[in-house]
Amino acid sequence: MELSGAEILVESLKREGVEFLFGYPGGAVLHIYDALYKQNDIRHILVRHEQGATHAADGYARATGKPGVVLVTSGPGATNAVTGIATAHLDSIPLVVLTGQVPRAFIGSDAFQEVDAVGITRPCVKHNFLANSVEAIAPIIKKAFYVASSGRPGPVVVDIPKDITAPNVKIPFEYPDHIEMRSYNPVLKGHPGQIRKAVDLLVGAERPMIYSGGGVVLSEASEALTEITRTLGYPITNTLMGLGAYPGTDPQFIGMLGMHGTYEANMAMHECDVLFAVGARFDDRVTGDVEKFCPRAKIIHVDVDPASISKNVKVHVPIVGDVKSVLGDILDVLRQSNQRPDSGALNSWWEQIRRWQADDCLSYDRTSDKIKPQHVIESLWKVTGGDAYVTSDVGQHQMWAAQFYKFDKPRRWINSGGLGTMGFGLPAAMGVQLAFPDAQVACVTGEASILMCIQELSTCLQYDTPIKVINLNNRYMGMVRQWQEFQYDGRYSHSYVDAIPDFVKLTESFGHVGMLIEKPQDVEPALKEAFAMKDRLVFMDFITDQTENVYPMIEAGKGHHEMRLAPARELA
Amino acid sequence: MRHIISILVENESGALSRIAGLFSARGYNIESLTVAPTDDTSLSRMTIVTTGTEEIIEQITKQLNKLVDVVRLVELTESLHIEREMMLTKVTALGGMRDEIKRLTDIFRGRIIDVSDTSYVIELTGDSDKLDAFIKAVGGKSIIEVVRSGVTGIARGEKALKV
Ligand SMILES: Cc1cc2nc3c(=O)[nH]c(=O)nc-3n(C[C@H](O)[C@H](O)[C@H](O)COP(=O)(O)OP(=O)(O)OC[C@H]3O[C@@H](n4cnc5c(N)ncnc54)[C@H](O)[C@@H]3O)c2cc1C
Ligand SMILES: Cc1ncc(C[n+]2csc(CCOP(=O)(O)OP(=O)(O)O)c2C)c(N)n1
Ligand SMILES: [Mg+2]
Repeated sequence: MELSGAEILVESLKREGVEFLFGYPGGAVLHIYDALYKQNDIRHILVRHEQGATHAADGYARATGKPGVVLVTSGPGATNAVTGIATAHLDSIPLVVLTGQVPRAFIGSDAFQEVDAVGITRPCVKHNFLANSVEAIAPIIKKAFYVASSGRPGPVVVDIPKDITAPNVKIPFEYPDHIEMRSYNPVLKGHPGQIRKAVDLLVGAERPMIYSGGGVVLSEASEALTEITRTLGYPITNTLMGLGAYPGTDPQFIGMLGMHGTYEANMAMHECDVLFAVGARFDDRVTGDVEKFCPRAKIIHVDVDPASISKNVKVHVPIVGDVKSVLGDILDVLRQSNQRPDSGALNSWWEQIRRWQADDCLSYDRTSDKIKPQHVIESLWKVTGGDAYVTSDVGQHQMWAAQFYKFDKPRRWINSGGLGTMGFGLPAAMGVQLAFPDAQVACVTGEASILMCIQELSTCLQYDTPIKVINLNNRYMGMVRQWQEFQYDGRYSHSYVDAIPDFVKLTESFGHVGMLIEKPQDVEPALKEAFAMKDRLVFMDFITDQTENVYPMIEAGKGHHEMRLAPARELA
Repeated sequence: MRHIISILVENESGALSRIAGLFSARGYNIESLTVAPTDDTSLSRMTIVTTGTEEIIEQITKQLNKLVDVVRLVELTESLHIEREMMLTKVTALGGMRDEIKRLTDIFRGRIIDVSDTSYVIELTGDSDKLDAFIKAVGGKSIIEVVRSGVTGIARGEKALKV
């Protein structure tokens, strides 16, 4: 079979099982678009902005575990994609991003729509390639998918000069079924000696704590994590990226940790004597001041990326390997050994934790005549039976979604944690809904964030994605305003937008349903009504309490035991 | 502390900028960096001299290993090794100074490889301290130009950095 470069590219994507290609055309990729036109296996989703394409592919990847695939043109197409690539990079999400490039003979000549896409994306990809011949296309695509989805996943960019996709140059096509890369061999199996040490430390603990993160989701290791946690009977906390990897409604789960984590999770971190860190990277939002981090704990850390280990916090028992494989080995050792945790010590540890929980750090005023954002998320959880895919943007609404929607399953909570990219939520929800057309998909957002990728409402109409947009409209960049309230004596410098659009009309102009909700008692009925519209995108504009803050909070320079709690309130 | 890291990388166009970019993006020091293809032309060998605490050097080696183009690396300064740097020095050589500089070059086991009426070019190889010492001995006033290759190195004994 003789194929052109463009046909080889499309054929290679098929061999990788690609269902959706999120893209936007332009001069440098027209040969590729022509090849796409002539086939029906891959569904092209025409976004309205290349940032939307990357976020949509990213949402698809987070929900399915499969790499998301993007096609953009050279120059501005590539630069528009950068924010989405960086977003995926910081959260270790597998993407394959194909960028068009000017013909090889023009590279370096400041040609029309030329940018050095490989150079620009280098610091925010796992790896990137410049395809420099027709023959190189198939093996590079094979490598791109392999690198993106193995080890610690991440985005891979493939830059493709236009001339190698031209229809007049055809070569025999053969897709490699196996690829060897001598320079890239992630270690997946944990060292048995380290695993034994970890088990000894774990069962010998008196005040143990399990701290797990996005790596558990990426590794599909929720079952193993749940089994170990239940076998040991230990408390567990999740990072923002790890929510759902352990059931959020389980009594052993004591909430998220970190800056806006629960009081009990952070106190338990501070007091624990053995910390079992699984697929988490000791991010600064999680550790607080590292000098004050887990002062009494011996730390075990499982991570597939050796560079994550002892990067921010020195650990005692490092285990390099895939979470699923390592947890499996740990379970085997646990089953074979007759060592069991000291139940007396564990009981008093749980008593201590229950006392911290009694503080009810997430309580809020349920009697207010204003809509409390927390109430909206609790109602969302109720109305969707706790089983929706929830994407979010960045800000206070993101934290409330994380705190109040109790995720019981992995891959249900989809947000930009590492880069914190406003504009992520709506396109990500689109990617999720395309992957699961019958699922309930909600995008929790704020009136500032949603405007950053609002154009994708148009894409949602074209491809019938009946997302429910939950806009927690506080007429402020709430997260910024909160920091200004705490740290700048309430000088609200440019955290307020003076001309907020009429979201109902805006949504309607895009062909969707808009709803305005202004009273607390209308929250739940409105949500029910919206979710009953199974084939329509509904934009729900909730006018919320303008100055509500996210509590509790670890402020800059503080430790886990120095949280700022909500000011005392009259609780109903 | 000063460390020498030797790296085998795929001999591909982007590899050098990936490595240089890693150092600048993460704020690591580079004192010198040398690179050239090896006997296996699909591989380049790079030698980087850097400074930092143990923790930083550990992160540097982990981050380098993580780059997809990096095949293997070794920290030479962890064990017995030989390091060499080559230096070309152009010096003013007039009257009595001509003999004086010739003598100094011999003491340092260098070679004069170019001669004009008023100058010499001296080739000298050694570890960095030796080259520093030579510059000091010649004296700043006589020196017209100095070119140093940057450090390369190899482990002593049978140990080798190979694929
Ligand atoms: C406004 C805002 C507030 C935030 N507040 C908080 C907060 O209060 N609490 C909080 O937790 N976060 C918070 N974050 C998120 C924070 O910035 C980080 O994104 C997050 O804490 C990182 O989560 P993680 O440690 O699980 O790592 P991830 O970024 O999910 O990284 C996963 C880790 O697992 C490893 N890994 C990947 N795959 C595997 C595998 N197969 N096997 C083994 N290991 C693997 C990776 O190497 C990596 O080290 C906030 C973000 C924003 C935007
Ligand atoms: C692209 C981008 N620009 C700026 C920021 C900084 N930032 C973080 S939260 C936030 C405000 C978000 O406001 P809104 O979407 O209304 O959410 P709220 O905090 O009010 O819930 C800003 C500006 C960011 N995270 N991303
Ligand atoms: Mg807001």
